[in-house]
Amino acid sequence: MYKVLDKSIIGADEMVMNMGPQHPSTHGVLRLKIVTDGEIVSHIEPIIGYLHRCFEKHCENLSYEQIVPFTDRCDYLAAMHMAHGYSIAVEKLLGIEELPERVEYIRVILAEFQRIASHLIAVGVFGLDVGAITPFTWTLRDRERIIDLFESVTGSRLLYNYIWPGGLAHDLPPNFIQKANDFLNYFEPQIEEYNNLLTTNKIFIERSADIGVMPVDVAINYGVSGPTLRGSGVPFDLRKDEPYSIYQKFDFDVPVGEGLMGTVGDCWDRYYVKVLEMKESIKILKQALNSIPEGDVKAAIPKKIRPKKGEIYSRYETARGDLGLYIRSGGKNMPSRLKMRSPAYCNLSVLNEISAGWMISDVISVLGSLDIVLGEIDR
Amino acid sequence: MSENFLVKKYKEKVELLENNSILVDASDWKEISTFIFKSRFDYLMCITSYDLEQDNKIGLAYNFYSTKSKEYLEIRIEFEATTKVFSIAEIWRAADWHEREAYDLMGVIFEGHPDMKRILLPDDWDGHPLRKDWKEPEYYNGMPVPKDKTYWE
Repeated sequence: MYKVLDKSIIGADEMVMNMGPQHPSTHGVLRLKIVTDGEIVSHIEPIIGYLHRCFEKHCENLSYEQIVPFTDRCDYLAAMHMAHGYSIAVEKLLGIEELPERVEYIRVILAEFQRIASHLIAVGVFGLDVGAITPFTWTLRDRERIIDLFESVTGSRLLYNYIWPGGLAHDLPPNFIQKANDFLNYFEPQIEEYNNLLTTNKIFIERSADIGVMPVDVAINYGVSGPTLRGSGVPFDLRKDEPYSIYQKFDFDVPVGEGLMGTVGDCWDRYYVKVLEMKESIKILKQALNSIPEGDVKAAIPKKIRPKKGEIYSRYETARGDLGLYIRSGGKNMPSRLKMRSPAYCNLSVLNEISAGWMISDVISVLGSLDIVLGEIDR
Repeated sequence: MSENFLVKKYKEKVELLENNSILVDASDWKEISTFIFKSRFDYLMCITSYDLEQDNKIGLAYNFYSTKSKEYLEIRIEFEATTKVFSIAEIWRAADWHEREAYDLMGVIFEGHPDMKRILLPDDWDGHPLRKDWKEPEYYNGMPVPKDKTYWE
């Protein structure tokens, strides 16, 4: 089942190549040690840790409130998701069952906007990796509008520190609903434009369809999650399967890869699932923006976070997959151990399995379709 | 409940803890992990290592999920820091990197792991920083570690 590179079989033709850590296609500081036989890849070893910032060690010396900005910095492309996932975990640890309706609505709205923003980067950068430069500028232009929305709400553009355990830092600005609706009206037709420009582009399909096929059993055995798992045809989404927050109130579908352009679970499927997910996020956003109630967003924020002894494991569906947080509390105001199971960490570990046997240029496609963020992998 | 099937099968060997997780002895882990995989828990979510802060003991928490029956299972192993733990990386490939991380940051020694080395920290790092008794070193690679931190703290 597991392939260890047998040193004795390296003949004269095999060459070890180094990609990264400063390679534009590796999405950050990732180093790939690629053993190649001519143009064909025989083994890849991802070497990570260049962006390790001791997140878990820091958490043991910080109070629960102070950890929120640190979680933002883990996945810097979906900072809202990290803070939301962490807040849910701490609320679970404290035994807070119910939050004000308005808090949950604002959290869901911002999380879905964040999902669109993160998928826009993923879609655009994947195009950029395989040589399509224009779609990248288009997606970044539209992401900019979401970032502007976030700036009007939180004051910052990338790392928000807005969702706190038990509530939010402050309420929405007065004209937010109007601005958000304007954006959605503008954005919905844009997805068709991306499809015309990139999704159905012949060159793009040649570069991504039938490449890096991930079978379902491999994906599950490697702990792959999120759009990467759904690209292989598994309709698993925590928002649907085990609704947290108030996702059970909204009507949306879970798109899966169907192999429209090639095999189920190829790079194109993983890409297209993200495009479809943006449409689903728009659906959720429209329902949530129409029915957002009034209320006090700070009502349920605990005065002091000092959970009882015990431990919890909490799951959250981020833009990249299943974020798991294992928190051990020793009865103090600081966690005695906090482990983050980052989705991209598990998604990256499958790289060797699905790209061995392909060309070096296909490795770029596979890596782009996995949509990794190194800040979250290295923590 | 997903825990009961294990308790039923391994009556003396396992212990049911408060939050429905199951405490397993390190010496039985090889047998039990194979059984868990064969039952229905095909998805390994997370392996957490933690320091118990007494008697030089450390622990591991395995969080499993079943994609077929949507059940959860948490297994704990607590052992002396020098004990070798059976590696499940050949059964759940997801465990490969999680075990390397547990070794890297906590110093858990795994037996039978295909490629055991550090993953997040540099190869020349000394010690395992998530241990509670870990002290910041005086020197790193011959360079003194700055003690005056007034600039950034």
